[in-house]
Amino acid sequence: MPTQKTLAVTGNTLVAEAIRQCSPDVIPAYPITPQTTVVEELAKFVANGRMHAEYVNVESEHSAMSAAVGASAAGARVATATSSQGLALMWEELHIAAGLRLPIVMFNANRALAAPINIHCDHSDVMGARDTGWIILFAETAQEAYDNTIMSFRIAEHPEVLLPVMTTADGFITTHSIDRAQIMDDETVAAFVGDYEPENALLDFGKPVTHGSFAGLGGPYFEFKNSQRMAIERARDVVKSVGAEWSAITGRPFGMVETWGMEDAETAIVVIGSTAGNARHVARGLRAEGKKVGVVKVRCFRPFPYAELAAALKGVKAVAVMDRSESFGAEGGPLFLEVRSALYDLDERIPVVDYIYGLGGADVKIELIDRVFADLSDIASGTAAPSGLVYLGAR
Amino acid sequence: MTTIRELSHREDLLEGGHRLCAGCGASIAVRQVMLGAGGTPVVVGCATGCLEVSTTIYPYSSWKTPFIHNAFENAAATVSGVESAFKGLQRAGKIPADKKAKFIAFGGDGGTYDIGLQSLSGAMERGHDMVYVCYDNGAYMNTGIQRSSATPMGAWATTSEVGSVGQGKPQRRKDLTSIMAAHNIPYVAQASISDWKDLTSKAEKAFAVEGPAFINVFAPCPRGWRIPYDSTVEIAKSAVTSAFWPLFEVVDGEWIYTKRSVTRENRKPIEEFLKPQGRFKHLFKPGNEALLAQVQTEVDRNFDHILKRCGL
Amino acid sequence: MTWDISKIDEWKSDEFPRGAVIPDSGNSRDYVTGGWRSQRPVRDDAKCTQCLFCWIYCPDSSVNVADEKVTDFNLNHCKGCGVCAQVCPADAITMVPEGCELPEVK
Repeated sequence: MPTQKTLAVTGNTLVAEAIRQCSPDVIPAYPITPQTTVVEELAKFVANGRMHAEYVNVESEHSAMSAAVGASAAGARVATATSSQGLALMWEELHIAAGLRLPIVMFNANRALAAPINIHCDHSDVMGARDTGWIILFAETAQEAYDNTIMSFRIAEHPEVLLPVMTTADGFITTHSIDRAQIMDDETVAAFVGDYEPENALLDFGKPVTHGSFAGLGGPYFEFKNSQRMAIERARDVVKSVGAEWSAITGRPFGMVETWGMEDAETAIVVIGSTAGNARHVARGLRAEGKKVGVVKVRCFRPFPYAELAAALKGVKAVAVMDRSESFGAEGGPLFLEVRSALYDLDERIPVVDYIYGLGGADVKIELIDRVFADLSDIASGTAAPSGLVYLGAR
Repeated sequence: MTTIRELSHREDLLEGGHRLCAGCGASIAVRQVMLGAGGTPVVVGCATGCLEVSTTIYPYSSWKTPFIHNAFENAAATVSGVESAFKGLQRAGKIPADKKAKFIAFGGDGGTYDIGLQSLSGAMERGHDMVYVCYDNGAYMNTGIQRSSATPMGAWATTSEVGSVGQGKPQRRKDLTSIMAAHNIPYVAQASISDWKDLTSKAEKAFAVEGPAFINVFAPCPRGWRIPYDSTVEIAKSAVTSAFWPLFEVVDGEWIYTKRSVTRENRKPIEEFLKPQGRFKHLFKPGNEALLAQVQTEVDRNFDHILKRCGL
Repeated sequence: MTWDISKIDEWKSDEFPRGAVIPDSGNSRDYVTGGWRSQRPVRDDAKCTQCLFCWIYCPDSSVNVADEKVTDFNLNHCKGCGVCAQVCPADAITMVPEGCELPEVK
């Protein structure tokens, strides 16, 4: 019988709890703000014998992911966590983890990238990893960070997928604020996640295998990339079915996107992560004034939910995408590019405006979101033309 | 000490059919090191480089052991992950607690002295039960003979060219073996493929210790050194007799010179090692006498430094 | 295990083992590098002292040994480098020019 406890804790505490409950065999970890309390909590669990994991105090994030690759290929369940520069330092290894089809689970505390150096939230770090072949989940709240982390192991290790998963939450905003959340009992989580049954484990001495071969002499590299693409496409259904299963146990909904007010919305904001809460707050106020506004939150960024987004935004008169990261020189941020692509196949042509906001933890004030909805209202009513990219709140 | 006859009963863990050059020193190093593992199961990791590429061209692998290649700079970190998985899975009850295994990482000098130094240092400091073996051929041979921090002073390489101004690598070599000894790990050794008895016995000791061990193996590259491919072992021998590459080990901090037959007094002149190699031919041209003398001084200084630490 | 790769050129993308794993470590035994060779080692059993130096120094694991004695060379793998002849203290190995009956080159 699943039993949930309600706690007031930080996002990082919950993520560490989730990792503990999923019983990884190896945790290679390197500290970086604002991920640090996750790896501290995990070290405490190990020191107190509450986890059987081998904790590896690597000397850098590059080695964290390198050791994770070695351990995962060896046949272990592996979890780690990082942020910002740390994720950037792992870049090479992110591709290798995905290319070797290793179901590593990594939590990322979303943080800006230097320069100038900045420890606060934005999505530049994760978006820099969007093409590495990892499945990428974004959490709005501590609760979602907890749920996503648990589901990540199931998704990663699913035989139809076998890809690494990055489960993320907004640095400080979600990782460090104390939030009300429910935590499931250990047995239920263990039963949900199950045992990891690796194939081609290095430590299967009876059947020696070679990992990391050289497929570059007219070899089938191209075929391997195609099969990787097939796997992440199959992950769409797996993300949904694992979400449905966890949802049935916890009573909390999970979809690749989450919609609010979209049944009859005329204008909508598409957003990722903690700002979704601010957007809904503003939308609620506008609804009270009779304005038909809605919010679409993207929870799974890779694979990207194109069909779900198109379905949610169909019939809307104007859409604002809020991007908490840049793609300098492109027409908009990474989310904008995806959303506009998702809308391309609709019969009607919906105006889409991109708002770059909150970089390096720049305050996401309610007035700024007010302004976005006001702009949308003008575009929808035809009193204003869609603007180009807007740096929301910049002087 | 295991005799060559006894060694011949052990399984050769590197299969033929790999695509290393004829006369390659790397595979000689690998075979001798792995003979030292005895019958214990071995997992091998390898840094990107000639050895890795040539032994695992898809769909063929020359490793009769479990093998992993990850990237260039992280063989030590990768194998530390494998070794940690072994411990974690033992604790989880998925691998029997009394099961024994050995973990080896191979890297060339580029992957070890240069780009992989940080991950090697980290893995050794963390105390993983693994043996890291550097096969040192003194340059980035896989990409075409570029200079590394292991390239000898005065050597030509494609990025330390010989021309009207440059006369090969102007800098001294990095003394990696001493750096590894400074990690206070149980076992560190310097060996050469030419001295199989010395090398296989060092490999046995490295495998026998609980915790990290490091062996730096001199492994000539005929292609990069511009020598005939049948002279790999011969040239390695002359590196030892000229004291360019002294053989020693550091056991729990105690320095032991293992090639007592080569002394300060009877070491051969460095010319014997340099002259057969095309990469040093400019050193013998008129005008480079001082540079050649400097190379000799450098070799003697290094040899003296090691002997002193060995109490000799 | 033996991994059948005879039809590898016909495999679809998702028929390859995941992640470019080679599930049959050591299968380069089936790959012929003997065709690289321009000279071949010939051992004189009368001169050979069975010191096994040729075996321990062979870069291509191509000196076959049984019961502590060299039996022959694996000419599928031997690249003809001549290290064995160089290290032989008894001059029992001679490198002779390779004929035209080379093994199949893969």
